[in-house]
This record gives sequence, C-alpha cells and structure tokens, in this order.
Amino acid sequence: MSDDPLLSPRAKAGRAPDVFAPGGWIPMHAYREDEAVDFVIVGTGAGGGTLACKLAEAGFSVVAMDAGPYFRPLEDFASDESEQTKLYWTDDRIVDGENPLQMGSNNSGKAVGGSTVHFAMVSLRFRPEWFRSRTLLGYGADWPLDWREMWRYYAKVEQALKIAGPVTYPWGPPRPRYPYRAHEMNAAALALARGCEAMGIGWTETPLATLSAPRGRAHPCVYRGFCTTGCSTNAKQSALVTWIPRAIAAGAEIRDLAMVGRVEVNDAGRATGVHYHREGGWRFQKARNVVVAGYAIETPRLLLNSATSRFPDGLANSSGLVGKNLMAQSNQAVWGISKDEIRSYKGPPSLAITEHWNYDDNKDFFGGYSYMSQGPLPQLWANTQMSARGLWGDSLMAEMERYNHVVGLKIVGEMLPQESNRVTLADAKDQYGLPIARITYSWSENDRALIDHSLRFMARALEAIDAREIWTQDDDTCHLNGTARMGGDPRTSVVDADCRSWDIRNLWICDGSVFPTVGGVNPSLTIQAIACRTGDRIKALAALGDL
Amino acid sequence: MPDRFPGYDVLSKRWTPSWNQKTREVINRRLALTNEPRYLTAEEFALVTVIAARIVPQPGHRPPVPVAALIDHQLDRDQGDGYRHAGMPPLQEAWRQGLRALNAEAQAAHEAPFDQLRTADQDALLTQMQEGKLKDAAWGGMSSATFFKQRLAHDIVHAYYAHPTAWNEIGWGGPASPRGYVRMDANERDPWEAAEVKDGDVEAARRKNRHVG
Ligand SMILES: Cc1cc2nc3c(=O)[nH]c(=O)nc-3n(C[C@H](O)[C@H](O)[C@H](O)COP(=O)(O)OP(=O)(O)OC[C@H]3O[C@@H](n4cnc5c(N)ncnc54)[C@H](O)[C@@H]3O)c2cc1C
Ligand code: SF4
Repeated sequence: MSDDPLLSPRAKAGRAPDVFAPGGWIPMHAYREDEAVDFVIVGTGAGGGTLACKLAEAGFSVVAMDAGPYFRPLEDFASDESEQTKLYWTDDRIVDGENPLQMGSNNSGKAVGGSTVHFAMVSLRFRPEWFRSRTLLGYGADWPLDWREMWRYYAKVEQALKIAGPVTYPWGPPRPRYPYRAHEMNAAALALARGCEAMGIGWTETPLATLSAPRGRAHPCVYRGFCTTGCSTNAKQSALVTWIPRAIAAGAEIRDLAMVGRVEVNDAGRATGVHYHREGGWRFQKARNVVVAGYAIETPRLLLNSATSRFPDGLANSSGLVGKNLMAQSNQAVWGISKDEIRSYKGPPSLAITEHWNYDDNKDFFGGYSYMSQGPLPQLWANTQMSARGLWGDSLMAEMERYNHVVGLKIVGEMLPQESNRVTLADAKDQYGLPIARITYSWSENDRALIDHSLRFMARALEAIDAREIWTQDDDTCHLNGTARMGGDPRTSVVDADCRSWDIRNLWICDGSVFPTVGGVNPSLTIQAIACRTGDRIKALAALGDL
Repeated sequence: MPDRFPGYDVLSKRWTPSWNQKTREVINRRLALTNEPRYLTAEEFALVTVIAARIVPQPGHRPPVPVAALIDHQLDRDQGDGYRHAGMPPLQEAWRQGLRALNAEAQAAHEAPFDQLRTADQDALLTQMQEGKLKDAAWGGMSSATFFKQRLAHDIVHAYYAHPTAWNEIGWGGPASPRGYVRMDANERDPWEAAEVKDGDVEAARRKNRHVG
C-alpha cells in the first residue's frame, strides 16, 4: 500500500504516525464503529484537536476524524511553497459578495492538526472588554463568557504550548510570564519597533507558539521562515505535535482522510453519530455526542448538509443563524523599500507586534487592530505585487529583485458581525457528492474606517524609519470566525457558553465558528482556550449526570 | 539588466543541511519537467508560452524557466486553489476558456491569433484583460479581469517563482530546513545566503556567492 499520506490513511489498525520520528509509529486505541463512543469529533484543528485531548484525558472515549492527511513533518514537509499547498483545504468553494474572500492557502487547512499546521503561531489574548463589546464598547455582541475565566484558560494554553513571549506584556491586565523566552527579533521586527518608537506607541516581541528552547523530542525554531507552509522541524507547537499526541496517549483514536458528510439525528432529535467517507466508501460511526469542529466554513456547511425533515434548515439552526455573521479579519498592509537588506524571509514572519490600537479607544470607528512585521515568501510576494499592485512584465521582475529590501507592516483587524456575511450551500458538488459552500462577504462602513485608519497610521510608521516608495495593500483578509455564534439566548445564538447547541443537546460546536465577535488579534489561542474550558465543562456536566 | 546577485546559485546548497530529503525530491521532480504538454494541446501550450513571456519576461542569457510546462503540470494534476469567484469555472475549464477568449479578442482586434501579434499589441490586450475591458462572447460568464488576476497571471507568477532560477534572480535563500538561519539583523548575511552587489563591486559579490553552500 502507498505510504503517501494524501492517498491512504495512516492512523489505523491500532497505530498512528509518530510525528517526532521519520517512519515512526505510536500505539493508538481503535474503537468499533457499531458501538457508540462518548464523543465523535469532526475536525482536529485548534478546536477539535484540543478538545479531543481534554476529553480523552478526562476519561471519555473519543474518535476524532479529519478529512486531511496525517503528516510526519520531519519526513513529509519540504521547504517549498508549491509542494506545501498540500496542507490547505483546496476542495472547491465559491466566493462572492462585494469583497469576496480569498480561501485556500490564505484561510484554511486540511490535515490532522487543522489550520494550526500552517498557521503563523501568533498567540494573543483578547482584550477583556471584547467579551462584552456590546455592553461596554457599543458594538457587536456580548460573549456568554467571563474574561477572568478566559484569562485562566489562556494561561493554561500558553503553558501547554510553551508560548515564547516577552517578560512583560505592555497591554491589558497583568498576565503571567510566558513559559519560554521571547525569540530574537529579525530586521523586519526591528523595523516595526523603530516605527512604533518614532510614533510614540508601544511594541513588543510577539508571543509565538514556536519553541525558543528544546522541548521533549521537539527542537527549537531554526528561523527558516517557512512557518505558513508548515514547520519541518517540529518547533511549531501545532495541534499536530501537541494536543493530538496527548489525545492518543490518553486513549483517543484519530482517523485521518475521513471526511464527514452528515451528522445523523434520530426521531427524538438526538445526534446518533456521523456518516463519513474513508478508503473509498461511506461508513458510519455511532456516538453518544457529536462535536463539529471543522472551522467557520465547513462547520456550517456540515450542519446545513445534515438537514432532515425534522430540521429542514439544517441542524442546530432554530435561530436561523447557522452560517451567518461570518467574520474574517482585515489583513491590510503597508509596504516600502529599505536601503538596508532586511531579508524578511528569515525567522517566523511576525516577530514583533503592537496592540496599541486595540487598547486605545480614541478612534472614530468600532473595534481595534494589531499590526505585525511581515515575511512573505517569493510566490506569495510576487502574487501580491501582481494582484494588489497590478504589476507584471518588466516592472514585476524589477520589483522582485528588491525582495530582500522589502519591509512591511500588516494588521489583524476586527471586522464587525453582519448577518449578510454568510456561508450557504451552492448547487455544485464536491468529490464526495456533497454540496459545496458559497461564501458571501462584503465589508461594512466600519470595516472600511478601521482599515483606512490603520493604513494611514502604518504608512506614517514606515515613513518615520525612512522606508521609501511606500504603498498600501488594501484588499487582504485572514482568519474565519462566527458562523455558529455562542450566546445566552437560543433565539440569538447557536450554542451556549459550553459550546453545546441549544436545539440538539448532544451536538456541540467547538472551533472558530462560535465567536460572537473577533477582536483585533489572531484567534487560535482563544479557540484553544474555549476548547479547554469546554472540556472541563463537559466533565463537570457528566459528573452531574447532565450530558 | 546587470545581475544583482552575480554567481548566486541556490542549487549549490542542494546537498547541504539547508535542504532536507523531501525538498530534494520535490525540486528534483520540478527540474525534471520536460517542456512539452501533457494536459494542454500543442497550440494551447504555445500560447501559454507566449503569454508567460509577457507576464514574466526572462533574460536571454540563461536557460529559461519552463513556465508553460509548470502550468501544464498544474492543469494535469487539476490543482486548484480551493475557491473560485462566482462566475469563474473550475481550474481546467477556466484556462481553456480564457485562452480561447484571448485568441478571439486578438482576432477581433488584429485579425491574427495572439501569438502572432507584435509584443506591444500583446501587452495592450493583456492590459485590457487586466482592466476587465475584454468582453467578447467567448469569455462566457467569466470576467476577463477576474481571469487575469485569479487565474492567468496568478498561475504564471506562481509557476515562475516556484523555480530555483527565479530564486537566484531575487537573492532569496531558498529551502532552509533543517539549517535555517542564524544572523537576523539588517545587512547581516549568513554565509549560505546570496550576496548583493554593493557599491558596484560585482567581483566581491561574485566571490561571496561562489562560497554559498
Ligand atoms: C496562513 C495562516 C496563518 C495563520 N496564522 C495564525 C496565527 O498566527 N495565529 C492565530 O491565532 N491564528 C492563525 N491562523 C488562523 C488559525 O489557523 C485558525 O483560526 C484556527 O486553526 C482555526 O481553528 P479551528 O479549530 O476552527 O479550525 P481548523 O484548525 O482549521 O481545523 C478544522 C479541521 O477540520 C477538518 N474538517 C473540516 N470539515 C470536516 C469534515 N466535514 N470532515 C472531517 N474533517 C473536517 C479540516 O480538515 C481541518 O483539519 C492562521 C491561518 C492561516 C491560514
Ligand atoms: S521559522 Fe521556526 S517555526 Fe517557522 S517553520 Fe521554521 S523552525 Fe518552524
């Protein structure tokens, strides 16, 4: 049988790949399909991978499925942008609206470990007020979670991933020291710092989920700069090398290349398991609880594709909100040319950050943004020059020769929830015969105001450090959240604070979809904190006999 | 244009700790691609070659990057991006239809197929495509601007910058696992990175680049 992880599953017959050893294996429990497991989890990324670990460690029987392959980074990952597109969700999707989103490489992963396999590792906490942005800041929606409780879970995740960060963090209430020391800054990060100082605002080393010292069998980061195409050294603390091995050690079973097409619901309105496609055929896994954790596009798609006569609008959708309030984050940038050689391809792309505009409320728009230093690799950079700036021909070739002198700043900006930004089902079908997602996205006035503010500010920050030929990239977005929001009221939310769906009490949603708002920081630390909390809550509910 | 990184060859690192085994395999396969079509017809392949020469013009003094072969390989494997704009057909169909439409536009404007136009006329048509001004019926429901930005130029640029020759041209370090990099500050160069010509001293840069490995 082929050893190509994209062609045939690796996690089966009582063993799973050992991610730390080329060709290696670890023992793994195998559950029967016809005996209900306590939890079947759809998706093994930031949400699903973390929860699989927490539930298995709490003693539940867990099967976690992922449509993607099970990689061993040391042997499967090349230092190559093209080759590594194998990490992305490249099944067909349709994008429309006034500002169609870019998907694929820009947005979602398909692998055991989910998008954390290729994420940029930036690991930030929400500003406390964002959990009550409607009440305290006047926009968006309140979360049903208390920031102090989240603060405790953030600390747990930071420990679990050995986040490397600064000794003191300049913004927000005090937080404990980061477990590992901050990474050395590259020239691109130093440029950000100098710009902030010139503008009179704070900056810091970015807290990153990549090792600054050895940990177990994982080596520290070697500053190779390929992070968003997968870390071939295992320094990156992705779910693949952290939560998943822990989950398996605690008795969970992972099934790779297992695409869930439908959640089955019985006449009593309870979920009974999932239909999934593996090794050429459709199969069924029985379960007492189903967790959907496929990220903010696939999660609503699966819920909508699982409609029955009893739930004609899809599962967990009595509020009508499944698929709605999709929120990307604005990801605009300002670029310039430095007389110095910056060589921003060295090191993780975002080694320095400012969260100033997340915490300063003296602005003419709602929400906030952070901005970070950048390190685009050549294909991405050339395509940015072509698509954002319209360059091709000799002008493109000449511009590319200055690659090593490029310096840039890029935001992660808050976009407001709008019901019209949404995921629906298209007529076209994918390779499994399932209707594909249609993703509709348009920016609001507030989104534009935030973007304008950030571009003006960052342009001044680059001017202040004598960068030349400054230009703005104004069409980019990143991250996906919000299509199954949590809340305190079944009429205005899809799940409760425990990620439990209001309509089907043994159906849970635990991924980026549950965010009511997105804030101005990257989402994964929050997704993992919520998953840890959900694991604890499920354990507590089980003890009360309330599952 | 004078070489900015004279003598730099990213392939000289192929057997160093900057390249892991997987990277060697992947790049070897890419370098072994022959310049003949597998998916496209011979005419389509020739047309892509001509278009690519406008989007990513290459100097005559070195072996060219086989852009059309790389695109053909992508089409042969039907390797899409994971999304398409409403109105855009899937990868293979979009390319076929776009190439047909471009030839139809060339016929309408100049009574000749695209690859027989003067380069200035080719560029003018590509500019009109980029601006969404081409509207021949042959485009079907596809916007010419979207085809340019999301497909034609997108795929050509990605193909070109997937090739070590292009990496040499821009002085990028290339594959870097497991060795990575050590010197992180501005104007600091690891001995296995490209040296840029400084103050017109081509020989000094060439000397350094000779030792890259
Ligand atoms: C280039 C890039 C850089 C990023 N950088 C950062 C960063 O620096 N910091 C940060 O916080 N975030 C970052 N993100 C975002 C981050 O990766 C995501 O927010 C996070 O991984 C989402 O977690 P999730 O659990 O919701 O989904 P994912 O991690 O995407 O996991 C979902 C998994 O579910 C699987 N799946 C989906 N549907 C099905 C199905 N029907 N059957 C079986 N399996 C299914 C998918 O294959 C996937 O593996 C980045 C993202 C990208 C693309
Ligand atoms: S820079 Fe560090 S984290 Fe990023 S891919 Fe390289 S080793 Fe991994």
